[in-house]
Amino acid sequence: MPKDHGIGASIKRREDVRFLTGTGNYTDDINIRGQAHVYFLRSDVAHGRLNKVDTTAASAMPGVIRIFTGADFAGVGGLPCGWQVTDRFGVAMKEPGHPVLAQGKVRHVGDPIAAIVAETLEQARDAAEAIGLDIEELPAVVDMKAAIKDGSALVHDEIGSNLCYDWGFVEDNKAAVDAAIKGAAHVTTLELVNNRLIANPMEPRVAVGDYHRATDESTLYTTSQNPHVIRLLMGAFVLGIPEHKLRVVSPDVGGGFGTKIFHYAEEAFCTFAARKLNRPVKWTSSRSEAFMSDAHGRDHVTKIELALDADHNFVAIRTETYANMGAYLSTFAPSVPTWLHGTLMAGNYKTPHIYVNVKAVFTNTVPVDAYRGAGRPEATYQLERVIDKAARELGVDPIALRRQNFVREFPYQTPVAVVYDTGNYDATMDKLIEMADMAGFPARRAASEAKGRLRGLGVNCYIEACGIAPSNLVGQLGARAGLYESATVRVNATGGIVVMTGSHSHGQGHETAFPQVIAEMLGVDESLVEIVHGDTARGPMGMGTYGSRSLAVGGSAMVRAAEKVLNKAKKIAAHLMEASDQDIEIKDGRFHVAGTDKSVAWGDITLAAYVPHNYPLEDLEPGLEETAFYDPSNFTYPAGAYACEVELDPDTGRVTIERFAAADDFGNIINPMIVSGQVHGGIAQGIGQALLEGAVYDDNGQLLTGSYMDYAMPRATDVPFYSVDHSCVTPCTHNPLGVKGCGEAGAIGSPPAVINAVLDAMNSGGIKIDHIDMPVSPARVWAAIQTAKA
Amino acid sequence: MYAFDLVRPATLADAVAAMAHDEAQALGGGQTLIPSLKARLASPATLVSLTGIAEMVGVCRGDDGAVCIGGATTHAQVARDVAAHYPALAKLALGIGDPAVRNRGTIGGSVANNDPAACYPSAVLASGATIVTNTRHIAADDYFQGMFTTALEPGEIITEVRFPVPMQAAYIKFEQPASRFALTGVFVARYADGVRVAVTGAAEQGVFRWSDAEAALSAQFAASAIAGMAPDADGMITDLHGTAAYRAHLVGVLTRRAVEAA
Ligand SMILES: Cc1cc2nc3c(=O)[nH]c(=O)nc-3n(C[C@H](O)[C@H](O)[C@H](O)COP(=O)(O)OP(=O)(O)OC[C@H]3O[C@@H](n4cnc5c(N)ncnc54)[C@H](O)[C@@H]3O)c2cc1C
Repeated sequence: MPKDHGIGASIKRREDVRFLTGTGNYTDDINIRGQAHVYFLRSDVAHGRLNKVDTTAASAMPGVIRIFTGADFAGVGGLPCGWQVTDRFGVAMKEPGHPVLAQGKVRHVGDPIAAIVAETLEQARDAAEAIGLDIEELPAVVDMKAAIKDGSALVHDEIGSNLCYDWGFVEDNKAAVDAAIKGAAHVTTLELVNNRLIANPMEPRVAVGDYHRATDESTLYTTSQNPHVIRLLMGAFVLGIPEHKLRVVSPDVGGGFGTKIFHYAEEAFCTFAARKLNRPVKWTSSRSEAFMSDAHGRDHVTKIELALDADHNFVAIRTETYANMGAYLSTFAPSVPTWLHGTLMAGNYKTPHIYVNVKAVFTNTVPVDAYRGAGRPEATYQLERVIDKAARELGVDPIALRRQNFVREFPYQTPVAVVYDTGNYDATMDKLIEMADMAGFPARRAASEAKGRLRGLGVNCYIEACGIAPSNLVGQLGARAGLYESATVRVNATGGIVVMTGSHSHGQGHETAFPQVIAEMLGVDESLVEIVHGDTARGPMGMGTYGSRSLAVGGSAMVRAAEKVLNKAKKIAAHLMEASDQDIEIKDGRFHVAGTDKSVAWGDITLAAYVPHNYPLEDLEPGLEETAFYDPSNFTYPAGAYACEVELDPDTGRVTIERFAAADDFGNIINPMIVSGQVHGGIAQGIGQALLEGAVYDDNGQLLTGSYMDYAMPRATDVPFYSVDHSCVTPCTHNPLGVKGCGEAGAIGSPPAVINAVLDAMNSGGIKIDHIDMPVSPARVWAAIQTAKA
Repeated sequence: MYAFDLVRPATLADAVAAMAHDEAQALGGGQTLIPSLKARLASPATLVSLTGIAEMVGVCRGDDGAVCIGGATTHAQVARDVAAHYPALAKLALGIGDPAVRNRGTIGGSVANNDPAACYPSAVLASGATIVTNTRHIAADDYFQGMFTTALEPGEIITEVRFPVPMQAAYIKFEQPASRFALTGVFVARYADGVRVAVTGAAEQGVFRWSDAEAALSAQFAASAIAGMAPDADGMITDLHGTAAYRAHLVGVLTRRAVEAA
């Protein structure tokens, strides 16, 4: 019988009741008496000198309260970057300023130039049309390779180059890698593009700034994945507001996918303007604005070489990647193509020599930062694609080639710094082969061929580093923040429990899964437990949710706090029953003295803690509330194997996903249903990247995919019924729950499976082709077929 | 959106009168017009809503057997009420957008707008339909005049579209991956006096008739009659989602599939 309670139970998500009945409380639902509205006038050119912003006429328009421009932010800090990467030569990356409103230049379509605060949004928009702009257009920097050639226009004149950094990892390995490749029996080389994506959470970004002159306190309501981090970054680096005078609240958030991690100009502006005007100021992004102001993801151009010996053992990997930073450094942008990407280049394989080179480049495009998987999908994609290409070149089975090179001994020290604590890649591959019914594939292929279609099967493995991350380690790597997590477990007098977590839920289901852990530990029913998150005034300083870290790091903090509560509760129980706390055990929701029939209920203990009439006051403080901060000792390493089966219509080039199987090892599982949901969503995004999505700029830096008319999002009909499994478990060795994290796996593991399948289909039909770039739109497939035929 | 006045006439006569106002514009389901107002791309002073005019809503059979669809009839209603009379046309309506779009958008709005990637224009042209307005009858062959351009005069209202019912017909839409409009769509209709083939989504001039295929199919109504044929890629659209050559190729493929499906 599956469990219906505690760890391992597929309890339905309690938060869904409010989400599905329209009773959630999103930031845009927050309206404060007297609030004004801001509209941002944004650049419609990609690159230009901002000679003049004339607001005279606009300021006199009806309802206009005040118009702000870059000049109003002269004495204010710019948006900070939270990670400093050091290049191959030991030099810090170039870090240009990022003003809240453009100063001197505009650097991408969507760069905010002026902020019009008015009584209504329509009045603000009317006034925006009356602002006189004198912008001298400059050549747009769009192509990364051209951007770092001599003579290119400069996105930031003051840094003298468009190169942010040239990173080598591990630089000391380079000579050995070069030598290994030179001496290898076979080298497979692949050039590919990891397409630029726009996250498109269902809820666009919103910010409401509020200010109380009497107490000098500011409050920002914002759609953030990490309100504590926003408070720190905005308070300390942009506006100079100390944390005890600044509260940041992120209530229900309708999806983040990474793009709501970062500190954005609009948030700083609303907080700033509310103080200046002594009025609440609200901004709600339109979908069109989201396309040109939410940080984009991916956008790597890569060359990877895989060297093998005569027995097909991997001997070396060398990569060269151009990573687009966009026009400014978004909060964590520099870390994505480096520490979140280079460290994963070993994949599931024991390759002794690896060297990763990354050139991060400024262009006149929207800033690029973490997007579901962040760096790890880019690593997985190139590695799993080059392995497939090698298998085709060598005429060997791609699964056998992978297996031959699997890491099988743990802990495993990779040549790219990280140490895998545990894993079992054969187990997930075996599971996958069964789930994907690979034995039945030839018959399915024959059936497709009978209809004039091609059918392909693609397989890949993945590994990711999650549970971000040990603070001392990331500090050495350039992070300007710690990456611990926090939790307070507050038990009320009548037994109810409130857990305040520093992580944030924006679709992950913390409100359901976290109570399952508490229920298991304290022997109480889940209904007694409430999760509070997303408000700096209500919980301890935490680092938020991204990098599949909520349960592995935030859950661990909660476990530590709950352990303290449990120990204290046992002491109280022991006192009440005149026993030793060593003898107290929990059974059927009561605290028993082992080996006797004496017991007390949870409520007896909690009441005693707050009404301490009969209480060991000399040994124990009253109350039952504990806080813990947890800093992990390593990353966690979820891993697995994915299989995709596609059908391809050679007449139109259309690819359809027929089957998809995912075998994941996430360590221990708290709520299998939620985990499956996370994998489903991740795969949908991965299929989106592989088949449909792609942000495209023209040579002038105009975003051609600026709306859903041209930016293709996956829909229900684009994805199959998935077969997912997470029964292969190697528990994480270093966190108390043995969990690894599951939020990004689907998006990391699926794109190579899809592309490998597409290429298998094409090659099976005599279309000899060894690579096709994402998204594999029908037009692109058809064009590739014509090229191969010619 | 800029401010405007909204009038909701109950009769065609009142609508025609309202359209005489300066800068008045007809409002069908608003599925095209409202987004362009929100983006501040248009600034009509008055919107004249047509969907409350009973005489412009609904489906009937004319004396000549034609299926007559009121200009303010929604796609959803066409999908439902035309199914028994002209299944290929009902199926086309069912493939437009999503349920929200189909329950709002109207045939008159679609045909008046003449988006080069819209579905209805191909059915209208392939069926040799008649566009009935408050002032006249316009033959489909005279009506479509290039993308977003039609024979309508300012203020003219489409009150009805009359479709002669073919012996066999099918519409095959190949969706643009993002918008799910027609990247290319082909409507084939076979009548006693010959076959008509209308193509949407593909050409810079908007919907057009592929006369070579019409001739071949009129001689023999079989996919094999147009095997390997495709229109010239000159004048076809090249954009993010496909080149002119790809679209020309698709026209051939989809026409053959339409013949097989008819
Ligand atoms: C998400 C989405 C998906 C869509 N997908 C498709 C698709 O797959 N295929 C497709 O073909 N279309 C699609 N459409 C367009 C849809 O069919 C629209 O409904 C149609 O193009 C316009 O019809 P409407 O009634 O909404 O017109 P409106 O938007 O109200 O008006 C459009 C224009 O026509 C004028 N007009 C309206 N009615 C009349 C009339 N009776 N006489 C004269 N002029 C009139 C208006 O003044 C305006 O200029 C989609 C739209 C959306 C929003």
